[in-house]
Amino acid sequence: MMTCCTLFAALSLLLAAAPQEPQKAPAGDFAVAGAKVWTMAGEPIADGLVLVRSGKIAAVGPAAGLTIPPGIPVLRAAVVTPGLIDAHATVGLSGLLNVPHDQDQVEKSSPMQPELRALDAFNPRDELVGWLRGLGITSVHTGHGTGALVSGQTMLVKTHGRTVEQDVVVPLAMVAVSFADAGRAAGGKSPGTRAKSVAMLREQLQKAREYAAKRQRDAATPVDLGLDVLAKVLAGEVPLLVTAHRSHDLLSALRVAKEFGIRVVLDGAAEAYLVLPEIQAAGVWVVPHPAMARTGGDLANGTMELAKLLADAQVPFALQSGYEAYVPKTRVVLWEAGVAVGHGLPAAAALRALTIDAARLLGVDARLGSLAVGKDADLALYDGDPFEYTTHCTGTVVDGVHYPTAGR
Amino acid sequence: MVHFVRWAAAAMLVAVASHSPAQERPHAFVGARLLPIDGAPIENGTLVVQGGRIVALGAAATVVVPPDAVIVDAKGQTIMPGLVCSHSHIGAVAGADGSGPIQPEVRALDSIDPRDPGIQKAQAGGITTVNVMPGSGHLLSGQTVYLKLRDGRTVDDLAIRNADGSIAGGLKMANGTNPQKDPPFAGTRGKAAALVRAQFHRARDYQQKIAAAAGDASKLPERNLGLEVLVEVLEGKRVVHHHTHRQDDILTVLRLQQEFGFRCVLHHVSEGWLVAEQIAAAKVPCSVIVIDSPGGKVEAARLSMTTGDVLDRAGVLVGFHTDDGITDSRLFLRSPALAVRAGMARDKALQAVTIANARMLDLQDRIGTLTVGKDADFVVLSGDPLSVYTQVLQTWVEGQKVFDLADPQDRLMAMGGYGASRDQAMSMCCFGTQEGQ
Repeated sequence: MMTCCTLFAALSLLLAAAPQEPQKAPAGDFAVAGAKVWTMAGEPIADGLVLVRSGKIAAVGPAAGLTIPPGIPVLRAAVVTPGLIDAHATVGLSGLLNVPHDQDQVEKSSPMQPELRALDAFNPRDELVGWLRGLGITSVHTGHGTGALVSGQTMLVKTHGRTVEQDVVVPLAMVAVSFADAGRAAGGKSPGTRAKSVAMLREQLQKAREYAAKRQRDAATPVDLGLDVLAKVLAGEVPLLVTAHRSHDLLSALRVAKEFGIRVVLDGAAEAYLVLPEIQAAGVWVVPHPAMARTGGDLANGTMELAKLLADAQVPFALQSGYEAYVPKTRVVLWEAGVAVGHGLPAAAALRALTIDAARLLGVDARLGSLAVGKDADLALYDGDPFEYTTHCTGTVVDGVHYPTAGR
Repeated sequence: MVHFVRWAAAAMLVAVASHSPAQERPHAFVGARLLPIDGAPIENGTLVVQGGRIVALGAAATVVVPPDAVIVDAKGQTIMPGLVCSHSHIGAVAGADGSGPIQPEVRALDSIDPRDPGIQKAQAGGITTVNVMPGSGHLLSGQTVYLKLRDGRTVDDLAIRNADGSIAGGLKMANGTNPQKDPPFAGTRGKAAALVRAQFHRARDYQQKIAAAAGDASKLPERNLGLEVLVEVLEGKRVVHHHTHRQDDILTVLRLQQEFGFRCVLHHVSEGWLVAEQIAAAKVPCSVIVIDSPGGKVEAARLSMTTGDVLDRAGVLVGFHTDDGITDSRLFLRSPALAVRAGMARDKALQAVTIANARMLDLQDRIGTLTVGKDADFVVLSGDPLSVYTQVLQTWVEGQKVFDLADPQDRLMAMGGYGASRDQAMSMCCFGTQEGQ
């Protein structure tokens, strides 16, 4: 009987360690020591220490001022930062193999489908989610892509790779809109022009306004899932993530935002440097295209200095990996930030954009984005300058679970 | 009058643009860290170039600077050979069309747009020599062309010439999923290999007929432009540049290469790390792509950043390539840097973007190292070549400066911005500024 139970337990253990499973230890108490610790809540700490307890940060400060409780493991790294937040991706929806059955980032049957939830499309076990986790990214703002006028919803999710229910942080973060070329249709379908894109979105927002009023008057009004989501946009609960690159498309996004009194976040924004005063006046956030984004189509005038130019103009921004139709199937926001740093963006500004500023953009700065007592224990560990080409992320910590980065 | 002024301006442009003569006054770059690639780094080195060639280099104390030399202060900077990209699609290159899977008569050089901004962006990345290839959507998509990224108006200004005056280039072939299509293309791997083998048999027959004619024009077979090119391949005069990803596809290339005896470079080799021993045994070089994540296509699902290192350790000659626009020529040095991150020896990684690629293009005697007598193709860097913080400051081809970060138009090409992707007039960056700087 005993043998049987032991066998069973051993078998369970074996199953738990099956090769397909992400490696993880139970969330326990441990300490992370860094020769340099970027808390993002003050100046970086030399010889810093972070104490992790039950998935949260229990203490952070110079190692000299903290006592490591006896018996708890210590992870060591040259540099420690908060876990990185990719401020816009499609990872988990646009899968590794790039075959029709693993591409769920855009549904082409209709140009406007705000009812499509990211939750219902995200594959937490896609290898690319683990790839990003191995490179310091602990949270991803992911969801529907840029291939339709309103392609669907986005969410914020941790990169554990468990289930979406376990890993989700913000189930409905934004609604993805595209005023870029990718959001327009060919072959006589709508929207076939820029003006039509804007007209269709305005009509839909107007409908949602009427729908919300009707629902308020009469609770028996049948639910329309799409209009329901746009009503949340009109109520200011959820922003539109508007992908646009040409300067006139960016201004169209600001024009619609002003008309309906809604929040927009400008995504991609290749020509933002041409309309900085307008962007500053509107007070909107920008999620600039990856520094290494290919400069074709409506990104023809893109620059690797975009993030630097936004920082110089004090426009709030966070950094993204974006969407790729081919290779690399996902970009790595840490490396995109590195190239931005190589092109003039100060390293501290880049780290803010990857952590606390991304958390502010997504409304989760009370929980993520800096190393402060009570926040989620999300950390990234490096063997050198995080932005240098030859540096390794040696592991991440997500909600107090340590994931050593395997291989190189 | 107006007409005359226009004419004069045009004539001036032509004078400036036509293949610039190599500078007569020697230029001496002093105080730099020199990375000759064929030897150890030289601190506080001096590099002297004249007439388009490297005439001297070494530690400052050992190099006699000619008294008439233009002295260029390169203190704090690093100078290395111009980068060689063994696989790129700049210049708006095109090759075969959709009419069939095998089109050896098609030449990349007939499609090159010398004003394509990709060329100046490559100069901005420190690239001085490039193998411009047609795509991989065919089993054989045409002849590739080796270009020097001089400031040129025509493709002839850029082309590299063989000793016999012909334009240098290889032959682009591909297997795996990219060329798999409906007939007349191959739908399976077996069919793809059969089509290629049949074509090489035709070429062999053609070669034998020419040999049998023994110079008698009346006995020569009817001229066939495509088969002529394949005969060059069979005779080892033209290298096959073969796109291939999956381990079994790589071995198929080696099988065909052994059957027909052609010289070959394997390109991309995403799964090369799985068959490194076999590649090494075949003594076939690899031009490896470095991509930021695996996948994006089924046959790249097991792509690894360790490939360069694994192949190098197995004894394979390893180069890296941009595959521009897959990766950006301006960031070519990222590839060796990421390979070092994945374990590759630093000197091997630097060779992989210089002399190793030069070897794959049969240009190792002319380019790829800072060596006396070689072409004066070099890059001036602000720091270590494998650092994200390093900028390409200047690029020189055959003693002419073709990129200067201090020049606003060149800077636009380096960074990007408004108008950076439009066709460009030939660079005016350095005209009139080289003497006396």
